Amino acid sequence: MSDDTVIKVEGLSKLYMLGQTLQPYGTLRHAIQNAATAPLRWLKAARKHKAGPDSAEFWALKDVSFTVNRGDVVGILGRNGAGKSTLLKILSRITEPTTGRVGVKGRVASLLEVGTGFHPELTGRENIYLNGAILGMTRAEIRRKFDEIVAFAGIEKFLDTPVKRYSSGMYVRLAFAVAAHLEPEILIVDEVLAVGDSEFQKKCIGKMKEVTANGRTVLFVSHNLPAVAALCRKGILLKEGRLILTDTAENTIARYKKEGMSDEDTGVAMAMTARSGTGTHRLEYVKPTAAEFPARTPLIFRARIRQFRDDAKFHYSLHFRNEADDEIFAINSEYLDGGGIAPGDRDVEVVIDSPWLPPGDYRVEAFLHSAGIIDHWPDACRFHVGSDVATLGYSLASAKNAGKVLASFRLNSQARAET
Amino acid sequence: MTSPATASPANDDSFGDFDLMIEAGQSEKRYWHDLWRYRELLFILAWRDVAVRYKQTVAGAAWAILQPLINMIIMTVIFGKVAGLPSLGSAPYAIMVFAAMLPWQFFSNAVSNAGQSVVNNAGMISKVYFPRAIIPTSSVLVSLVDFLVSLVILAGLMAWYDFLPTWRLLALPLFTLIAILAATGAGLFITALTVRYRDFRFIVPFVVQFGMYVSPVAYSSEVIREKFGAGWFALYCLNPLVGIIDGFRWAILGGDAGAFQLGTWLSLAVSIALFAGGVAFFRKTERMFADII
Repeated sequence: MSDDTVIKVEGLSKLYMLGQTLQPYGTLRHAIQNAATAPLRWLKAARKHKAGPDSAEFWALKDVSFTVNRGDVVGILGRNGAGKSTLLKILSRITEPTTGRVGVKGRVASLLEVGTGFHPELTGRENIYLNGAILGMTRAEIRRKFDEIVAFAGIEKFLDTPVKRYSSGMYVRLAFAVAAHLEPEILIVDEVLAVGDSEFQKKCIGKMKEVTANGRTVLFVSHNLPAVAALCRKGILLKEGRLILTDTAENTIARYKKEGMSDEDTGVAMAMTARSGTGTHRLEYVKPTAAEFPARTPLIFRARIRQFRDDAKFHYSLHFRNEADDEIFAINSEYLDGGGIAPGDRDVEVVIDSPWLPPGDYRVEAFLHSAGIIDHWPDACRFHVGSDVATLGYSLASAKNAGKVLASFRLNSQARAET
Repeated sequence: MTSPATASPANDDSFGDFDLMIEAGQSEKRYWHDLWRYRELLFILAWRDVAVRYKQTVAGAAWAILQPLINMIIMTVIFGKVAGLPSLGSAPYAIMVFAAMLPWQFFSNAVSNAGQSVVNNAGMISKVYFPRAIIPTSSVLVSLVDFLVSLVILAGLMAWYDFLPTWRLLALPLFTLIAILAATGAGLFITALTVRYRDFRFIVPFVVQFGMYVSPVAYSSEVIREKFGAGWFALYCLNPLVGIIDGFRWAILGGDAGAFQLGTWLSLAVSIALFAGGVAFFRKTERMFADII
């Protein structure tokens, strides 16, 4: 082992219980019920391995090993759900691995979100101290860099204004400015460039380059392949929780593209950074529960929303377009009383019972919005409606071209008595 | 869920010179070291909560004084005048009540706020590492600030009644310390439970309300001893607030209020146990916080 190894990861795995993700925190009733039925479960131990929906296991990471040397700038690539974020969370000590271990040499700072802990009521000046402390800076350190941070963010005039009065651009600039002035030996960065306008993104990438030029070790997750190519010298490719390649950045990007893991060109995996909207929250994915739904069955879509900074409640909408690119219908949380989505990292499920779609290919356009657009993903996912009918007594053969949706209807006919 | 990996010393060599090891059940080693390193965060979070509280209020920080003052007046009127509960010796009833309300309010605020604190800061928990205990502890600190403000009001009240304290006042920091131990311990327990079972959001307010009646806030603990006898009184003293409140009264009022007797020692023991238990339980649960919050 070389003396230059600053991160050594060995056999790292992380297990999540799916039941837990669906219901993130337990209720007391559950615990009591569990305790009360424990003897019963003892008797049924034989059936334990038949994993029900409550006990489904999910390995977010499985046996991942690699090393990082001092001064390496490593891009971590992989599709959504490949385990990138879990890996960063373990390296940042936010969550513990299930098995395996990691050795780290030097001070680590991780930036999984910009503006963590920002308080809307506090002024810009106060938030710089608060956020700096949360990121692990000492007061003396923050005081020393204070002017630089303010200059980088360009908010001199608004230092003593509560940040709730800031424009979203100013807010993000300030948040990033604090983070950019951390001086750790190892920096861990997750998709934070997904916020802000393109000019600001350029500034961020410039700052990141400066950081890496100083010989610091950086781990960088992004879907923005040009940014990865520009910043990183090495790459790590994850797939379904497993590490499948560690190589130079170019080779890793090439492999990532070749594996068809990046469907950037189709727009389906359009990078968060490339999408419009204020970016306070971004959709990480929107996916149908099946690539093909049988006709006349509910359409179910799961989405994961990532929070990049504090914000108010927002709405989520999906617009369905057919092959001719006609918008067939849309669903919107705004249509529901109390349908607004609370800020935070969230998983959202939408079940659409009606209308029924005729067989064919469909494209889903997704939005997060409140007063304005937060995230706009023109091609969030695609799915197919099959022609096999899930219910008996209904034939689709002749219905295909008769309108854009199928109606649910009943028909009664009876012989009329001659008068 | 996470079963602590069994340590395999044979493998340790290859990891010998790393500053930090991350593995299941491994957060233990550097715990106190980290807590110390993040001490500034503790104060900044407490400062944030105090600074934010009175923003956009007209009366501003005056609320810090008005709240306990109004509480005391209501209590004096209802319990002293209407219900006719007796005071202790020569001390005015208002001072007797206020001397008890100080530690009681500190304890109940600290426990209720700490309980909510981690859930309210869920965003931070899932995005940044720092010792989780910082958050509930900063809530206790905020309550301590309120406590100090109330102490000033008490001084004013004593001046109003021309009531002179004795040298016993010097023991007040000691009883405050016991109160801090008890509040932090109970706060950590409740915090960890609230993260796991949100039911405690609803349970805690009831328990706190109930707690005021089983603590000698509006009455003197002597009442219990006289009515129920020494046996029940000992049981009653298992409530750490009994010894703490009696201690406060002893130090502030002088006179016959008892301290450094059974109640005090029992409270001290229970507070220390509560603190140790709270810390241990919190540490056991905190490593799952990011996964379950």
